[in-house]
Amino acid sequence: MSVTAALLSVHDLVKTYRLPREHLFAAAPEVRALEGLSFSLQAGRSLGVVGESGSGKSTLARLVMALEQPTSGHIVFDGEDLHTLEAAALRRARAGLQMIFQDPYGSLDPRRTVGQTVAEPLALLRQASPAEQRERAAEVLDAVGLRAGDASKYPHEFSGGQRQRIAIARALITGPKLIVADEPVSALDVSVQAQVLNLMQDLQDRIGVTYLFISHDLAVVDLVCDEVIVLWQGRIVEQGHPDRLFSAPEHPYTRRLLAAVPAMKPRMR
Amino acid sequence: MLEVQDLRVTLQTARGPADALRGVSFSMARGDTLGLIGESGCGKSITALALMGLLPDGARASGSIRFDGQELLTLDEPALCGLRGNRIGMVFQEPMTALNPLHTIARQVAEPLRLHKGLSAGAARAEALRLLDRVQLPNAAQRLDAYPHQLSGGQRQRVVIASALACGPDLLVADEPTTALDVTIQREVLDLLEELVRDSGMALLLISHDLGVMAQTVERLLVMYGGTVVESGPTGAVFERLAHPYTRGLFAARPRLGLQRGTRLPTIPGLVPELADLPAGCPFAERCVLVIDACRNAAPPPARVGPGHEARCIRLGLDPAEAPASLPPGGNASGPAEPAPRRSLG
Repeated sequence: MSVTAALLSVHDLVKTYRLPREHLFAAAPEVRALEGLSFSLQAGRSLGVVGESGSGKSTLARLVMALEQPTSGHIVFDGEDLHTLEAAALRRARAGLQMIFQDPYGSLDPRRTVGQTVAEPLALLRQASPAEQRERAAEVLDAVGLRAGDASKYPHEFSGGQRQRIAIARALITGPKLIVADEPVSALDVSVQAQVLNLMQDLQDRIGVTYLFISHDLAVVDLVCDEVIVLWQGRIVEQGHPDRLFSAPEHPYTRRLLAAVPAMKPRMR
Repeated sequence: MLEVQDLRVTLQTARGPADALRGVSFSMARGDTLGLIGESGCGKSITALALMGLLPDGARASGSIRFDGQELLTLDEPALCGLRGNRIGMVFQEPMTALNPLHTIARQVAEPLRLHKGLSAGAARAEALRLLDRVQLPNAAQRLDAYPHQLSGGQRQRVVIASALACGPDLLVADEPTTALDVTIQREVLDLLEELVRDSGMALLLISHDLGVMAQTVERLLVMYGGTVVESGPTGAVFERLAHPYTRGLFAARPRLGLQRGTRLPTIPGLVPELADLPAGCPFAERCVLVIDACRNAAPPPARVGPGHEARCIRLGLDPAEAPASLPPGGNASGPAEPAPRRSLG
């Protein structure tokens, strides 16, 4: 994999957070959320990030989305170092970066119509007229299997799976190259989860979007990702093709994760 | 010990009364482990709330819930309070919201002991320590005076379980006890519950949407859909036979390790119907690939498919793969068209 052709490359990324001071005269303790992560992701492919709470998955997502500054290291997205960009350039770069969150109930504003919510990323770029925004919103709603008429409805009129489709439509509207999906199906029912996973894969086939797919569910990652990194205490402990990684895990932590996945075979007693 | 007969619950919703449970029956003896599985809105949590007399305001329940011969549905609130946390323990999904952030964990584990058993503060505290050791909270003695925020998610759930077990309940109702936890911690909590059932002879009613969790933990399984038990039987038999089309759809839709990258999962067409929109006949009819007119006319009676194994379906024994795959049943009236379901089961 040549690094120059990568859509996203992360070099030696470190992020530490300062905790509240425990003593008046002691230095504030720090927690190292990410300890020198490096990886790269080719356009049109999917990279899975697995690990448990506290492993640094969501910190990584926030840094890739340029919502926070890394302590050290850098993130190159589409040829630009995200964290050295000026505000205006960053806003332009952000059109290529979108995010889908876990909770389809919390990530949509209940007081705005679906059309307003979906068109918002485009409105923020200040390049499209309101008419163009409506047109694009109708297009992306169609792409995720909703009706153009749904644009005038409010989030509460939709089920969880449909709301996650709305969130995906919002992520698609700027024509992003990379979508960071942080546990996009964890809050959904099994039958709805399958629909959303299929949709995400269809969209990748159709428009070639790249996913950074964060999940604690190994089976989901196995299904949608070309490559997987296993995070543990802010470090990549194992990396590889999901077939290899999940059939012959090398790191003890990966083995422990796999062993904890409930088997679908009832235990006989 | 627990005998639930034709339990029906009607909830008051913004759209008028809705039947959340439509005749649920099951029984449990001491030491039994029973699982309720289904998707949101299927009635599994309402069943648990009804058992504990915690139904929301305006809900009407009929049928019968007998616990050791005593009818719970007609019991008054003080008598129910005497049962809850005493003979029936409860564990909920969110350990953070189940615990009071302002009380130490010793106090919360000891509370039912003080309340129901009349233990002195000192004796209750000593017992709380024993319970926290029992649920394998690391360094329990040093943690007695810790507050919930000082513990991790898995540790908090252990505290909740310790508190539910304090009075040595005959029945533990656990509603999605591991859903908020990481897989390795989920494994530990499930192992713990299993051990407690084995050692204390307590019965466990486990509610979950996760087939894998069920496979590991319970001997019998009730699959719920639209307020009805659509399939019930020994866990092994249900997993092997997958008699009801909904059970089969649920299994097929779950991603499994080892699927080829890019595989599309078989989905169940349509959406889980809202309670107020449930059809008169089989609740699954609108999403079922095997549906015929008779399915919509009357709720199917339970049909025997094996020893202790029943399914409410009049199309048993038919393979959905042989159904006309390109023709999903009549679209869903309430929601926009879902594109994925066009690929049908099989």
